[in-house]
Amino acid sequence: MDMTRRDVLRSLCVAMGTTAGVALGSRRASAQADIPVGSLLDGTGPINIYGRPMIDSTRFAVDDVNASGGVLGKKLRLVQIDAQSDNQLYAQYATKLLVEDKVAILMGGITSASREAVRPVVDKYKQVYFYNEQYEGGVCDKLVFCTGVTPAQQLGTLIPWAAKEYGKKFYTLAADYNYGHISADWVKVFLQKAGGTLLNQEFIPLDVVNFDSVIKRIEGAKPDVVMSLLVGGNHIAFYRQFAATGLKGKIPIVSATFGLGNEQVVLAPEEAEGLVVIYPYFQELENATNKEWVQRWRKRFGNDYAYITDSACTVWNGWHLWAMAVNKAGSLERDAVIKALESGLTFKSPEGEVKLDPASHHVVHTVHLAKVNKTRGFSIIKTFPNVPPTDTMQVCDLIKNPNQATQYTPKF
Amino acid sequence: MDLLAVTAFGIVYGVATLVLLALGLAVIFGMMGVINLAQAEFLMLGAYTVLLASSHGASVWVGIALAPIVVGLVGIVIERTIIQFLYGRMLDTMLATWGLSLALVGIVTLLFGPTTEGIATPLGYMAIGRYSIAHYQLFVVAVALGSLALTWGLFNRTRFGLVARATMQNAGMVAGLGVNPSRIYMGTFAFGSALAGLGGAVMAPLTGVVPTFGLAFIAKIFITVIVGGPVILLGTTTAGGVLGLVESAVSYASTPIYGQVAMLVFAIVLLRLLPQGLSGFWRRGV
Repeated sequence: MDMTRRDVLRSLCVAMGTTAGVALGSRRASAQADIPVGSLLDGTGPINIYGRPMIDSTRFAVDDVNASGGVLGKKLRLVQIDAQSDNQLYAQYATKLLVEDKVAILMGGITSASREAVRPVVDKYKQVYFYNEQYEGGVCDKLVFCTGVTPAQQLGTLIPWAAKEYGKKFYTLAADYNYGHISADWVKVFLQKAGGTLLNQEFIPLDVVNFDSVIKRIEGAKPDVVMSLLVGGNHIAFYRQFAATGLKGKIPIVSATFGLGNEQVVLAPEEAEGLVVIYPYFQELENATNKEWVQRWRKRFGNDYAYITDSACTVWNGWHLWAMAVNKAGSLERDAVIKALESGLTFKSPEGEVKLDPASHHVVHTVHLAKVNKTRGFSIIKTFPNVPPTDTMQVCDLIKNPNQATQYTPKF
Repeated sequence: MDLLAVTAFGIVYGVATLVLLALGLAVIFGMMGVINLAQAEFLMLGAYTVLLASSHGASVWVGIALAPIVVGLVGIVIERTIIQFLYGRMLDTMLATWGLSLALVGIVTLLFGPTTEGIATPLGYMAIGRYSIAHYQLFVVAVALGSLALTWGLFNRTRFGLVARATMQNAGMVAGLGVNPSRIYMGTFAFGSALAGLGGAVMAPLTGVVPTFGLAFIAKIFITVIVGGPVILLGTTTAGGVLGLVESAVSYASTPIYGQVAMLVFAIVLLRLLPQGLSGFWRRGV
């Protein structure tokens, strides 16, 4: 073989040119045939305990929209990117999806930190963004739709119930980042309304696994209720060590985050049973839409699927609400789509009927109080129909005052 | 009085977990000089061994006993296929083991999924005044002491330990005396892996077992081994003791955030004053 370095370089250049040409050509061709839509979630890294069901739900939802005719007669083409539990990558990939892939809609983000990394990017490139996850409320942004359940819907019903059921002395444990801090403030607000007292609140970094000192302080303080806003795989250790020291059964735990990462599957039933949570969606819900949905989910992802989380249902709602809005608007044009989204859409979701509130861009949910049962699932104990996200609705009116891109936090 | 007792025990327990988890790295990094960025995944594999054993009906104790064997074997495979070609090439080792770490997390996620059924903490608990302590925590302290004694005995009281220490000092001389240094490296790496497997296995019933299980510990154990310095066993134990004491004491007095901050600040100050680590000026030994 007599090949000089120059020959190699030349052939390489030709090869690269050809591939680039082919890639460009195919992209142009497909752009006419279908609509690119973007999803940015964590399939790897520590947040993937939340991300995996949400990614599955995204694929399922896009296929479902396509199966029922797509939007505007065209099929959706999903561009799914794994953000690897890295907030820096969120901003980077959000830019890529909006600028390079020119997606018609961007959905994604799991932790509130990741959402706040994406939000400036969508505000800069002016595209509609859906954040489909339970969160601390208050985001008020013309381009942003938050379909997840918020503190007024979770804590606003859970805390009065727990104060009546167990007692008025609370002890809050929260993850140490924006979600935990703002939610802990909401706990104070709703606890005050319920006439309770907060004995102490502690913020725990996401990489803490030794809860020995925390548990000893709880034992010393003797609260009636432990309010958990813990997040992530490492914090599962708290529930385990709490049970191992014999406190489970003595002090009840209520939580607004437990279960989203399938904690009830990781923990043994004897460690988690009886823990009280509150969400709009549970796999066990008895309505016909849900029964069919769970069946289809199992058929697609296998009968041994651990548990379909509330976040997965929220993702499903997000995609369908957006598809409904585009079809209603008859156009992919941004302002027309936002207008359609602000027309008071309702969607028959597996969690029951949900309504998108026009002024706040948040969703009215029916929420259920449930206890972890012996079979690594939940037993529903009480239902609160159509609870509005008042935390955000009271302060955020995007119809009257559309030029907003902010997040409101609780005031005392 | 009861508060004092549980706080004291909490500190001992914090030190014990740190030493137990850091011991494997002390052998692999402290003694052999291999910066093994996949050490966290060795812990994770130990935890998964317990998980698999208990999901196949064996008791937790069987799983904990199996973990060092399984992870030790994994260590041999990794040493033979990757590490043995990279001795003395620090940057290449870091790159290779980092890749290995990502690959192991990926493989385990593919095999078992991002969430898996965990194991409840076995044994009961006992009351100390108004407080209570899990019996399993006593077990953790015992295992930490046991592994320390075992490691010390192996390197100071056996022929293998003597040859291993000699190999780390001068592999050429050892080869000249008729011992194959490659074998010794393999054996030492396997032993370090086995210790990590044991550490991960013991922690499994206390935390959630997920593929990223080891990440929560890895920074702390590297800091412990580095602060420990060249006398690996006593150095690591002392460093574990000092850092664990600082972290637990501050955690008890305030919150775990300040505990972590205090530990890191303490480690930085210590390394500024003693760049060789705590045992930098001691007589060389293991």
